[in-house]
Amino acid sequence: MNQPFRTEDSGRIDRSRPLKFTFNGKTLQGFSGDTLASALLANGIRVVSRSFKFHRPRGVLSAGAEEPNALVAVDIGNGMLPIVRATQMPLIGGLRAESQNCFPTVGFDLLRILDYTRALWPAGFYNKTFKWPNWHAFEWAVRRTAGLGRLPSGTDVTRYCHMNAHCDVLVVGTGSAGLKAALNAARAGEDVLIVEQDRVAGGTLLYDRAAIDGTAPDVWLEDTMSELNARDNVRVMLSATAAGYYDHNVLTIHDRSSAYRRENPVEIFWKVRASRVVLATGTIEQPLVFGNNDLPGIMLASAMHQYANRYGVLCGRRVVGVVNNDLAWHSLFGLLDAGTDVSSIIDSRPSVDDQLVKLAHDRGIEVNFGATPVRAGGSGTVKGLVYLDANGRTENIACDAIAMSGGMSPVMHLYSQAGGKLRYDAELACFLPQACRQPVSVAGSANGEFAVTCTYNIGSRKRSPAKTSTQWIDFLHDVTASDVELAVRENYHSVEHLKRYTTVGMAVDQGKTSNLNALTLLGELTGRTPGETGTTTFRPMYTPVTMGAIAGNRQGDFYQPAKRLPAHDWHAEMDAEFEDYGGWDRPAYYGHDREASIANESLIVREAVGLFDGSPLGKIEVKGPDAAEFLNRIYVNTVPSLKPGKIRYGLMLTENGIVMDDGVFVRLADEHFLINTTSGHADSIVSWLEEWHQCEWPNLDLVVLPVTSQWAVATVAGPKARDVLQALPGMVDLSTECLPHMSIASGAFADGTQYRIQRVSFTGELSYELNVPADHASEIFDRIWKIGQVHGIGLFGVESLMVLRLEKGFLHVGVDTDGTSNPIDIGFGKIVANKKGDFVGARSLMRAEDQRTDRRQLIGFELDVRGDTVLPGAHIVTGSGADRRTEGFVTSACNSPTLGKTIGLGLLESGYERKGKTITLYDDGRIVSARVVDACFYDPSGERMRG
Amino acid sequence: MKGYSVFSLVRNAFSGHRHWNPVWRTPKLRKSYDIVIIGAGGHGLATAYYLASKHGIRNIAVLDKGLIGGGNTGRNTQVTRSNYFWPQSAAFFDHSLKLYENLSRDLNFNVMLSQRGVLTLAHSHHELESLRQRANAIQINGVDSEVMTPAEIKKLVPLLNMSARHPVLGGFIQRRAGISRHDAVAWAYARAADAYGVDIIQQCEVEGFDINDGRIAGLQTTQGKISADKVSIAVAGHTSIMTAKAGFRVPVTSMALQAMVSEPIKPCLDTMVASSAIHMYASQSDRGEIVLGAGADVYTSYAQRGGIPLLEENVSALLELLPAFSRLKLNRQWAGIVDITPDTTPIMGKTPVKNLYISGGWGTGGYKAIPAGGDTMAYTIANDNAHPLIEDFGLERFEIGALIDEGSSSGVAH
Amino acid sequence: MLRIPCLYCGVRDEVEFRYGNDAHVSRPSPAVSDAEWSDYLFNHTNPKGVHFERWCHVFGCGQWFNVARDTVTHEILAVYPMGNPAPDLEE
Repeated sequence: MNQPFRTEDSGRIDRSRPLKFTFNGKTLQGFSGDTLASALLANGIRVVSRSFKFHRPRGVLSAGAEEPNALVAVDIGNGMLPIVRATQMPLIGGLRAESQNCFPTVGFDLLRILDYTRALWPAGFYNKTFKWPNWHAFEWAVRRTAGLGRLPSGTDVTRYCHMNAHCDVLVVGTGSAGLKAALNAARAGEDVLIVEQDRVAGGTLLYDRAAIDGTAPDVWLEDTMSELNARDNVRVMLSATAAGYYDHNVLTIHDRSSAYRRENPVEIFWKVRASRVVLATGTIEQPLVFGNNDLPGIMLASAMHQYANRYGVLCGRRVVGVVNNDLAWHSLFGLLDAGTDVSSIIDSRPSVDDQLVKLAHDRGIEVNFGATPVRAGGSGTVKGLVYLDANGRTENIACDAIAMSGGMSPVMHLYSQAGGKLRYDAELACFLPQACRQPVSVAGSANGEFAVTCTYNIGSRKRSPAKTSTQWIDFLHDVTASDVELAVRENYHSVEHLKRYTTVGMAVDQGKTSNLNALTLLGELTGRTPGETGTTTFRPMYTPVTMGAIAGNRQGDFYQPAKRLPAHDWHAEMDAEFEDYGGWDRPAYYGHDREASIANESLIVREAVGLFDGSPLGKIEVKGPDAAEFLNRIYVNTVPSLKPGKIRYGLMLTENGIVMDDGVFVRLADEHFLINTTSGHADSIVSWLEEWHQCEWPNLDLVVLPVTSQWAVATVAGPKARDVLQALPGMVDLSTECLPHMSIASGAFADGTQYRIQRVSFTGELSYELNVPADHASEIFDRIWKIGQVHGIGLFGVESLMVLRLEKGFLHVGVDTDGTSNPIDIGFGKIVANKKGDFVGARSLMRAEDQRTDRRQLIGFELDVRGDTVLPGAHIVTGSGADRRTEGFVTSACNSPTLGKTIGLGLLESGYERKGKTITLYDDGRIVSARVVDACFYDPSGERMRG
Repeated sequence: MKGYSVFSLVRNAFSGHRHWNPVWRTPKLRKSYDIVIIGAGGHGLATAYYLASKHGIRNIAVLDKGLIGGGNTGRNTQVTRSNYFWPQSAAFFDHSLKLYENLSRDLNFNVMLSQRGVLTLAHSHHELESLRQRANAIQINGVDSEVMTPAEIKKLVPLLNMSARHPVLGGFIQRRAGISRHDAVAWAYARAADAYGVDIIQQCEVEGFDINDGRIAGLQTTQGKISADKVSIAVAGHTSIMTAKAGFRVPVTSMALQAMVSEPIKPCLDTMVASSAIHMYASQSDRGEIVLGAGADVYTSYAQRGGIPLLEENVSALLELLPAFSRLKLNRQWAGIVDITPDTTPIMGKTPVKNLYISGGWGTGGYKAIPAGGDTMAYTIANDNAHPLIEDFGLERFEIGALIDEGSSSGVAH
Repeated sequence: MLRIPCLYCGVRDEVEFRYGNDAHVSRPSPAVSDAEWSDYLFNHTNPKGVHFERWCHVFGCGQWFNVARDTVTHEILAVYPMGNPAPDLEE
């Protein structure tokens, strides 16, 4: 297939491997080694996209990461990916590309009307209008015209993962400066990691023919890369962009080296911890600002140079150079040497070095000094250039491409992200690194060392006399010089206000080709140097990073992975319905009918016996001579008086006196305690104890040992609980004489398995918690289940446990208490009053506010009308309509299967005083009436659990 | 104040936009003011505006060590809502939302308030209960709040993954909540205050307070000493540094609150979605970017920059709920310094120094409070007495232990 | 991302640690006034600059230790055991 702008033979492309692709439905051909942009240019495609705001036709501007125009939608087998930089997208056989932001076609876009009427849409127009009747009336239209691409449809087939690396030296960039730094470090024996965003190492060496240390660049590159690749202490990552530079020399790398394949594509997000970093990130050539400087066919001079020498693509038949520095002349000579007709150079400087002029004349290039570009001619693409010569005469040259250069801007993004301060160098007319607190150095042209292979000599940027509303500064956001003028006129003087008001530099390219021009103009208009205006802040990402890669594999089951019970599979076989409780997958109930199962399970426990998996219950051992004293300072309840083998209920507070956790604590021996926490707090209470021990009372002699996952807990509850468990061979005597309520025993089963058995009850029935080593969990559940059959045993899940404990009036911390509840509010006032000595939170309870009697206090209630229901979360209210006021809320409620009525717990203002009173419950507009009662609805004397 | 309208825009279009006036002056700092407000963010500017417009005090300076709206006002995720649990908070934030609803017309500057609703999700039965408790509280507080079923939620946000790691079991929406344009809010108040003659002095840092017999007398600034009858502090993350200069401590920890945006795409997310179990909130800006955030780095920090752990956490949470965004690219991340109080309720009102006032401790929720914060602080300063809406927000609540703990019941804070 | 040098395990990523805010806070006796108690409970030094603070290597050795860290640059200037006095960073 014909590629009209392809050279005969030059370039680093593989002409033996032609690749077909489509652009806007048209089939085209390029070569292996092309980018999508080089292939489009080779085929003479000039208009590749429409701009964001005004839908102006735009063509390729650059050859790299800075591209503001050639952002297209690309399909390589994973949906139509939006906003892909054609200049960085490797050409792949079968690739489908489409222009974005245009309707019906990129050649004819109806919304160009916005361009023709753009006097109406200056910077910040939306701040001045669209206020009546309100913004909502206009927003839908604005939203629809905004947005660059479309969300891809279908399922994402790319796999994403995170990787980590450490190194002595991280080198970013593989131009000559980066490779030299890498080589020096490698030869010194340092562990070196080299990162390059391009798919080939080399940077400007890939197209600039100037010699490096007397050696031809391609030879030097090959030699250097072979030495680096041969070394064990060097790793080279290609197609990998250093996206962010964070604290403590940690950088993120977006690795796309396996992303562009049809089979099993992978993107990797690396975190690299480097002892030091060398940034050899090079420069970005800046556009010149003149009339219609955004026309397709106007490109950066170095980009044209690169397309010619690296890709064998000529960007025009007749090129005019519009420049202000020596480096750009060098690019233009390179272009001409590659076969482009460079007819003339328009240079704004009054004169240049004679040697350069001679080189130009030798090549037959006409040179014009002291000349100012006015405007580019042409409508769809560039057709010519109007300029003022040194004598102020207007001249016109015909051309089909303009190579422009407004000078070089070192890539300071990562340096700045690292906390590096920049300084403005007036001679080089750019920002350079000054100082950074992190161990980072900047090498090569990124450090302002432009004049390695030739001189730089940048001249000042001359203002073009064209209408400023036709001079484009930010191509991607359609910001013109007149927008900057408007911002200054309206006193948006600072660079940060300018950015936010005009949106210059706020697009997805973060102003890589616009910021310097914008703040230079801002400086001119306000009488400041760019050094005085300063830059806006550089932020990660250097170029945008796929969100899938940032998330890595933390998706689905790997997003906050659930904890599973040791007997999970056994419960699954028993038809458990699992739900998440504090990060654990636990049986909510067994069977399929939620309501019926919960009621049945509750009744079985009340009437016969139930089996419950309590393994997630927090279990922490506290051991040492000072264990009792330590726990006494942690619990509201008194600890030292507890006898070995006995169990007591305890409440823990925050230092602000708020109820934090509850559970029983067990004295296993004089200096050995086992404490139980709620399952959701198993980890945080360990931290809590460690913090108090290590930071506040390090002189107390004890250790804290979390053992939650060591022990599985089979809770057997119900009138027949003892009958079932006593039948296990090796079980200790469970009679009340030997093991009364709130005591513990331990023993071993016939097979030698050690166990502990606690007699405690959260259901109100006779109840035992049998602790066995976790790897015996399924076995012990199965044995209890089989033995229990003759007693009518049933399984019960968390939901029926909640019903049973509510009937008994046992509170559930975090459900029946909130972040304001102190122990006095939930009925522990006496215990607080009787406690001797200080404990965590004690002082806070002495504040008058904590002692108030009108606080929200825990109460029980019953609904007045049988058959009425209420859900937790309903509020207790007074008044109605606008005067309705909340006095508290329902924390727990259920239709009690045992009692045949709806009961609940709640937090109610002055609740203790209101026993017997009627209260009004409000839920989403519905009102029910209830009566305050004792917060224990079932077996208030506790005979059943003590018996 | 007038000047901005579709007519003026068209008229100026014909004259090349050469005749627009400055939005605000660049005045010189004078030696003496009735009232000086430290901090030209949304709160400081709004306070100045309401002092001038409602209380007739015009001899006011607003000082900022940086730029108008250059701090958290220009860094937040632009959310405005009033679905608060405690009646005091609900009343205050709903006052703010009501002021927001008319702000563009009141200030003749479009702040682009888009009341597209904030949907809060519940992912477990326990969360459903807390959510119902909160939704009821909000209704009783007189604020709009609707409980939604999973089917209604799916219809509202079709991209939502209902069977995420923590499945979506329900939610509630405040339809009047929404987003607006943060810079525009600061600029609108600055322009309006300036029009009343308020001097907004940028790049003027306060270095110390002159206090005589426990009463404020003036300020030392990088542009010289000035005298002032009354001074108010509205400096967000730097509150404790400023109060230390005045000789008292405030219970705040400054932390870096993280936010990030994707590339802009065509409209696909019409409602703001928030979840606490899958910890994130996300909305789509008018420009098309997906704006997301969730939390602050949990250590003291004055570094206004993003970090890696929350970047990964927030993006994973976003994709777990909205997996369609996995192929979208993240464009930018940043951070703002927020001052977080123990109960996540702001500190507003008088201070131990006579005639020195404070509006701080805004934590992650300062932006939505700007209009009400300005209005109530203006009242408080003018009358030397706390506005009824902020009576419970004073510094003294920490000493007596009367905290207003929104953290105990709210979902994702923002 | 902070890389915190645990006194006992060496340098690790911040995600392995828990922050404990101010170091060198002494817990008052219950006899203090409400104002003093509230100062202990709620007020932090919250400095812009060097902060003496506590960290715990929760996903490692589980030990608490003190760190001197700059809250602007996040630079870690010293790491020292619980109970030791704050180092003089001028030296």
